[in-house]
Amino acid sequence: MDTTTSTLVANAVAPAAVRTPVAEFWRKFKRQHVAMVAGGFVVALLLLAVFAPWLVPFDAENFFDYDALNAAPSARHWFGVDSLGRDIFSRILMGSRVSLAAGLLSVMVGAAIGTLLGLLAGYYEGWWDRIVMRLSDVLFAFPGILLAIGIVAILGNGMVNVIVAVAVFSVPAFARLVRGNVLSLKHQTYIEAVRSIGAPDSVIMLRHLLPGTISSVVVYLTMRIGTSIITAAGLSFLGLGAQPPTPEWGAMLNAARADMFNAPHVALFPSLAIFVTVLAFNLLGDGLRDALDPKLEN
Amino acid sequence: MAVYLFKRLLGLLPTLLIVAMLVFGFVHLLPGDPARLAAGVDADAETVELVRRDLGLDRPLPQQFVRFFGHALQGDFGRSIRTKRPVSAEIADRFGPTLGLTVAAMAWSVALGLVLGIVSAVWRNRWPDRVGMTLAVSGISFPSFALGMVLMQIFSVQLGWLPTVGADSWRHYILPSLTLGAAVAAVMARFTRSSFIDTLKEDYVRTARAKGLGEPVVVIKHGLRNALIPVVTMMGLQFGYLLGGSILVEVVFNWPGMGRLLVDAVEMRDYPVIQALVLLFSLEFIVINLVVDLLYAVINPTIRFK
Repeated sequence: MDTTTSTLVANAVAPAAVRTPVAEFWRKFKRQHVAMVAGGFVVALLLLAVFAPWLVPFDAENFFDYDALNAAPSARHWFGVDSLGRDIFSRILMGSRVSLAAGLLSVMVGAAIGTLLGLLAGYYEGWWDRIVMRLSDVLFAFPGILLAIGIVAILGNGMVNVIVAVAVFSVPAFARLVRGNVLSLKHQTYIEAVRSIGAPDSVIMLRHLLPGTISSVVVYLTMRIGTSIITAAGLSFLGLGAQPPTPEWGAMLNAARADMFNAPHVALFPSLAIFVTVLAFNLLGDGLRDALDPKLEN
Repeated sequence: MAVYLFKRLLGLLPTLLIVAMLVFGFVHLLPGDPARLAAGVDADAETVELVRRDLGLDRPLPQQFVRFFGHALQGDFGRSIRTKRPVSAEIADRFGPTLGLTVAAMAWSVALGLVLGIVSAVWRNRWPDRVGMTLAVSGISFPSFALGMVLMQIFSVQLGWLPTVGADSWRHYILPSLTLGAAVAAVMARFTRSSFIDTLKEDYVRTARAKGLGEPVVVIKHGLRNALIPVVTMMGLQFGYLLGGSILVEVVFNWPGMGRLLVDAVEMRDYPVIQALVLLFSLEFIVINLVVDLLYAVINPTIRFK
């Protein structure tokens, strides 16, 4: 008994054994090899998207190779040429900017608004909570893509409106998640302690409740990015998002439908681009969940 | 059970009312004058006024809402701007193909998802699990419209085994239902696996093993029943997803269903049709969620008596 206690104390004092939450997370995340690779891939993708304008071999919108319409992949055009003579590789690279920006921005806006609403609803409860939850119920009463289509129909076509639409339909999920976390956290002793020394509500919410819920928000956010990229690309595929000649993966697929019989590669590469990108985000999200969720400890 | 059902139905009313108000408000949120939209681009001022009176758009908003709601309850959503036919007739034509597609997709994807999930859980962290979960994560990452185009390219264009577009025979259902169900099968597999792993850790499973039961009996008789409870909920939610997902798949395969109708209506700004379809889709979604909750209450009595 005595020996165990002293070992514990020694361990707690020894600097090597001090585990911050970040170090603890990193220790677990490092073991998720697939997620590590996916994370590296996501970083590479983001870099590619940022530097795309300097990396593309051809102008994605204004270069037309009229001698190679619908040409198959070659050394000159890595992913082939589309029906207007544009280089598909260049368009995919430039398109990554639009698709990634749409996926990331919409989730982040939705998560920020949802988290704030959830914090307030869970902390104050009462009529404010009822309003927020009722609105969430209403938004949940529409299948996601339908809500997005409805919003775009009101706001008009275009990528900015698609981002707004996807953000709106992400809000209720985050609001519910954070509200649930806050409801269970706020009765814990440390919150009671903060309250008893007279901290204002805003400090309790932002400094003490928010950190407790942020890990599940981050996990959910990562898992939602894939869905958002798919939804945004889907809206462009329906002709509601990016308009030609903007290179956007969903819009490229829509344009490729006309050439399915004589140029299959025109549809293949945008499909693969969406698939690989969404797969990377999903694998990263799975890894984050496994590393951050205490329930999954074996 | 009857009390629970009544409570749930009563709880639905505010949601339904707000949804109906949103759908009603939809036309008024749109840029432009709804009467001019209904009358057509080249109608003169007199015709627009006539249409306005005819549609009741000159009355106060609350009165208009009551009128809209009353008509909607009787299935009357006015006439389509594009075809001039009653909206209800337009939708009636399209309901069957969408329902057929959704049910076909649901049937195969739930069956496959359950099998994949159970196999992955039983052989956890071994190769069947790895194969199953790789398939599953790929399934949720491949967007339906891209998958549909790839499948059509392989099986219809290159191999010529299956028809490309339309809904005339059972062979037309194969590719669209595969496309629509892929993501659902993937979600079901992942969900069944985690539910099953949790169940296999329970004390009663250990007891069953300890008393010498064979592994198949433990898995099927003791594990499956209990693991399926959360899976049922997930299944219902996925049905709602299928309703939305059918919109994109119907466009890819030129399917004569409600999703295709909605996209055409949005393109042509055919507002009465959009209104009716959005209301119908969300009504279906709400009803499915209710059925799921009821089913859940049947399986799990603790919810009923809360």
